[in-house]
Amino acid sequence: MSWIGWAQIALVLALAVAAAIPLGRYMAAVAHGRLRFLAPVEALIYRTAGIDPVRGMGWRGYTLAMLAANAAGFALLYALLRLQGALPLNPQGFDGLSPYLAFNTAISFVTNTNWQAYSGEAAMSYLSQMAGLTVQNFLSAATGIALAFAVCRAFAAGGVSQLGNFWADLVRICLYLLLPISLVLGLAFVALGMPQTLSPYVEATTLEGATQTIPLGPAAFQVAIKHLGTNGGGFFGVNALHPFEGPGALAAALQIIAQQIIPFGLALTFGHLVGDRRQGRALLAVMLGYVVVATGLIYGAEAGGNPLHLAFGIDPAQGNMEGKDLRFGLPLVALFTATTTGASCGAVNAMFDSFTPLGGLIPLFLIQLGEVLPGGVGSGLYGMLVFALLAVFVAGLMVGRTPEYLGKKVQAREVKLAMLAVLVLPATILGLASLSLVLPAAVASIPAQGPHGLTEMLYAYTSAAGNNGSAFGGLAADTPWLDTTLGLAMLLGRFAYVVPVMGIAGALALKPKLAASTGTFPTHGPLFAGLLAGVILILGGLQFMPALALGPLAEHFVLAAGRTF
Amino acid sequence: MLDITQTPHQGTTRRDRRAGAALGDPAILRHAALAAWGKLDPRHLVRNPVIFVTEVVAMLVTILAARALWLGEPWGFQAGIAAWLWLTVLFATFAEAVAEGRGRAQADSLRRARSEAMAKLLLRGDDRTLWQPRNATELRPGDLVLVEAGDLIPSDGEVVEGIASVNEAAVTGESAPVIRESGGDRSAVTGGTLVVSDWIVVRITAAAGSTFLDRMIALVEGASRQKTPNEIALDILLAGMTIIFLIAVATLVGFASWNGEAPSVPVLAALLVTLIPTTIGGLLSAIGIAGMDRLVRFNVLATSGRAVEAAGDVDVLLLDKTGTITFGNRQAAAFLPAPGVGERELAEAAVLASLADETPEGRSILAFARERYGVEPMALPAGAKVVPFTAQTRVSGLDLPQGSYRKGAVDTLLQGAPGEAPVAFRSAVDRIARSGGTPLAVAKNSRLLGAIELKDIVKTGMRARFDALRRMGIRTVMVTGDNRLTAAAIAAEAGVDDFIAEATPEDKLAYIRRAQAEGRLVAMAGDGTNDAPALAQADVGLAMQTGTQAAREAGNMVDLDSDPTKLIEVVEIGKQLLITRGALTTFSIANDVAKYFAILPAIFVASYPELQALNVMHLASPESAILSAVIFNALIIVALVPLALRGVRYSAIGAAALLRRNLLLYGVGGILAPFLGIKLIDLLLQLLGIA
Repeated sequence: MSWIGWAQIALVLALAVAAAIPLGRYMAAVAHGRLRFLAPVEALIYRTAGIDPVRGMGWRGYTLAMLAANAAGFALLYALLRLQGALPLNPQGFDGLSPYLAFNTAISFVTNTNWQAYSGEAAMSYLSQMAGLTVQNFLSAATGIALAFAVCRAFAAGGVSQLGNFWADLVRICLYLLLPISLVLGLAFVALGMPQTLSPYVEATTLEGATQTIPLGPAAFQVAIKHLGTNGGGFFGVNALHPFEGPGALAAALQIIAQQIIPFGLALTFGHLVGDRRQGRALLAVMLGYVVVATGLIYGAEAGGNPLHLAFGIDPAQGNMEGKDLRFGLPLVALFTATTTGASCGAVNAMFDSFTPLGGLIPLFLIQLGEVLPGGVGSGLYGMLVFALLAVFVAGLMVGRTPEYLGKKVQAREVKLAMLAVLVLPATILGLASLSLVLPAAVASIPAQGPHGLTEMLYAYTSAAGNNGSAFGGLAADTPWLDTTLGLAMLLGRFAYVVPVMGIAGALALKPKLAASTGTFPTHGPLFAGLLAGVILILGGLQFMPALALGPLAEHFVLAAGRTF
Repeated sequence: MLDITQTPHQGTTRRDRRAGAALGDPAILRHAALAAWGKLDPRHLVRNPVIFVTEVVAMLVTILAARALWLGEPWGFQAGIAAWLWLTVLFATFAEAVAEGRGRAQADSLRRARSEAMAKLLLRGDDRTLWQPRNATELRPGDLVLVEAGDLIPSDGEVVEGIASVNEAAVTGESAPVIRESGGDRSAVTGGTLVVSDWIVVRITAAAGSTFLDRMIALVEGASRQKTPNEIALDILLAGMTIIFLIAVATLVGFASWNGEAPSVPVLAALLVTLIPTTIGGLLSAIGIAGMDRLVRFNVLATSGRAVEAAGDVDVLLLDKTGTITFGNRQAAAFLPAPGVGERELAEAAVLASLADETPEGRSILAFARERYGVEPMALPAGAKVVPFTAQTRVSGLDLPQGSYRKGAVDTLLQGAPGEAPVAFRSAVDRIARSGGTPLAVAKNSRLLGAIELKDIVKTGMRARFDALRRMGIRTVMVTGDNRLTAAAIAAEAGVDDFIAEATPEDKLAYIRRAQAEGRLVAMAGDGTNDAPALAQADVGLAMQTGTQAAREAGNMVDLDSDPTKLIEVVEIGKQLLITRGALTTFSIANDVAKYFAILPAIFVASYPELQALNVMHLASPESAILSAVIFNALIIVALVPLALRGVRYSAIGAAALLRRNLLLYGVGGILAPFLGIKLIDLLLQLLGIA
């Protein structure tokens, strides 16, 4: 680790937070429907689609509308992927995807996971990339943000039953938030050297005289929303490690910032919407704190190097550079990795499979903690609020009152739904990963021996259920068993989680908003932030410790002892 | 004339109930140790998911140990784990039994009062000589019964005729008899109490089995105990955590089989039981019972646990001025001499004028003069002639050889005084009247010496208590019939946050509704029938035992001592209950961290001996590590029983400070304590050569 490295990390984080502050206020205006500069377009969409933007929806209506929109999105994308061979904009003449892969990919992009059991440049037509995957990048991100708005509204007012209009939220988020920023970001990426073209792949002759196919495509703008919407699905197979998807350190820094601004900003939006900005800052502090600590741990572990490599006489000052590109450097790789796993993005600019065991443990654990640090766009905020409710409930009793968060009493119904939501990740991840480690058909996908093999399998289900989408690597993922069960994990991780969360929002919205006093549990300031951080670790993380002990932790100690498999 | 000198016939005295059973009362512990076994019935335990899971797991491990014994395999370790898992369950049921045991003794004494009553059922409402004996349990609401001196009142009811003194020690613990009469605010009588003089005719209002006494017995016994809303929510959290750790432990079989052998069932059972929140699961119902019990000891009966919790949540306290904030009787507060008269001269004259005055006001003048001016009251001098107070003159005093001393109504004494009254004197009198006090004039030989200010004195320590309440975010509101000016003066002196002057029952109700609309929870105390709507509207309504039946039914708590000031303590008891629950939950959950460090390296020792690096406690062997964690997990329940029953200390330091203190104590402490405890048990096991 070096001071220069830390300075890089600090600079990028500072820029992200600086951008998140005005963005947080701006998103509050989007939530309130106060922005009018695209009013004609907005009105046209409402008219065409028959949407009445002022008609409020209860939590059930809002959730059903969301589910319907996502089901339709899944059906369209599935059809497109299956039929792409017969559709235009397919210069390389790719066939349609297999039913398993199409199912897996469609779910993956609808749930904002963007797990990729395919390699973009070897499987996807330009039409599939643009009209299928990119459209879902926008819609799944907008869905998450819309849900977060609905949950915020439940805290903002007392005794209401309506949480807003899902369709209007979706339209406004796309029009006023995601499209404009993606445009600017996409142009910046073009300027930094990313292709944005519909021309076919280029055949080149290398210096040695061999022929090389250089894939191209409309990458820059898809990459923009891929980061901004914490989607993470790469245009190219190796994601941001590809020189056209991650052209250099500057682009990497911009990608990190793009992943962070909306999740960070939404924490502040929450403060604006509930009328107490300190509440938003407390949540942001917890998110930021975890990002910094996780980055430091990855940076430290990787800078420390691999003892087996060092034994071969590699310069210890290099650190562990296996699977990393020199054009980014360790600090940006560490921050990128902590961000992409903490933020439920899943884009990668290094190969986790080659990380030291502890360096690989951190991204894995960040996803298992519930994708709230800072979490995906929208999903990070509502996931964080679930933990905040549980923190308030467990520790809030200690001030001698029925626990309340922002004037809303936390009672049996909320606790029940919160626990249902919290159960989704361990049940899905541990259940499916454990099963896959004993099923011969699944075990065949694991090339590695020893604890590393376990980590690869655990990571796949963690990434899917956490709607992250990053791959640890190594695993042969495009098999019927993995395609299907990982698809299931993605579905559960998204929708089995969000339905109870919306139930909580519905219940909280109906409750009166109690006045705060000096006897009320304070939910801002360092004390609460520390408590929340601890509750995330204990309620969100402890259940994964036994599995982690057999995976990365065992690998770490085994490696230190010099044992290999 | 009423005879109220009889000695109490039965019932516990108040001191008995207050002191209650000590924490370590051997009789209760003995009884609880037996009762704990009865509670092992799975049908009973299923109400408590955490402990139920522990019991199922204990059964499983027991069967496995028995099987190993049968097959001639090593069985000691398995039997050890099984034994400690059973002890974990037993300790939890024991905690509940101890909590219940403390209420049982009270219930028994109450039951005696209930059982033997025989009623004199009146056959005709207008003739109280015509009655026939009837068993109390056969009475129906609406029946009229005659109760005479020496009779137990057979059931709850309303006095419709007559007046009697009643010993209510059976329910209140207070043996001094109280007056019960028809009409007014003292007409409610309670079944099981004793008429000690005179007679009354009572209209029965409660059906057999649902009288006040019945409810009280059920309450102190915990028989009708239902889980409170907060307890239900906590139960759900604990059940959820249990499921999460069930998943974590069950899936471990698959994970462990990837690279070696899966751990044995007893080891997995040990891991599961140490991870699920057995500590709070085992103590939760004991905490609830103990909280109600604390209230009962404090002579307040809550109709439900819900009300006790609501008391902890209260933001606004409505307190009657008279009797709650002030003593309710007028006392001397200042001597204001007329021009040209010394303060001491006035004080001495006032003392002489009051020497023969036996009223509380008169006594207070003597006390004030001694306190403030050192004027010692003397014996009545020989030859003194006492001039008594009459309604006509409204003046009293003493004629002595050196002069005649008078004190009394200002008007009367002004008329008798020669010349015009000094302006300074008049303005002093006006000021006293305006501030809610009563001015008395003092004269010697018809010469006006000055005025005495009598006023209703704010009880000492009230300001400090209101300050403490304010720190906990609770607003105090004084309710008084005085005019605004007077009310404002007393409110400022007492240090309350707000007041309602010239208050009518409707005003109270409106104030409560307004506060509730702003999202506040309101508590109030009341006794009259006209308080009933407000008592019912308030989130916590503390009715006085001496109050009317209507008030007692409208409130959700009854104070047997009829002391409205206790509303403040009721709030504190409610808070203490919630704090205790939260503290032990936090402690229980925080414990898990250390248990991982003990158990994880131990269970994977075969596949990954390198994981011993995580054995930061340096536990001697894998068996010892696992056993130590299980033993710690069981013993901590017993160790925390006293805390659960007594409650966590509550102090009014504000929510933020309270949270910081308790998080440090029970959160951080909860993380550290098991490291120490498990290591100690491990050392002990080594010493005994067990593992």
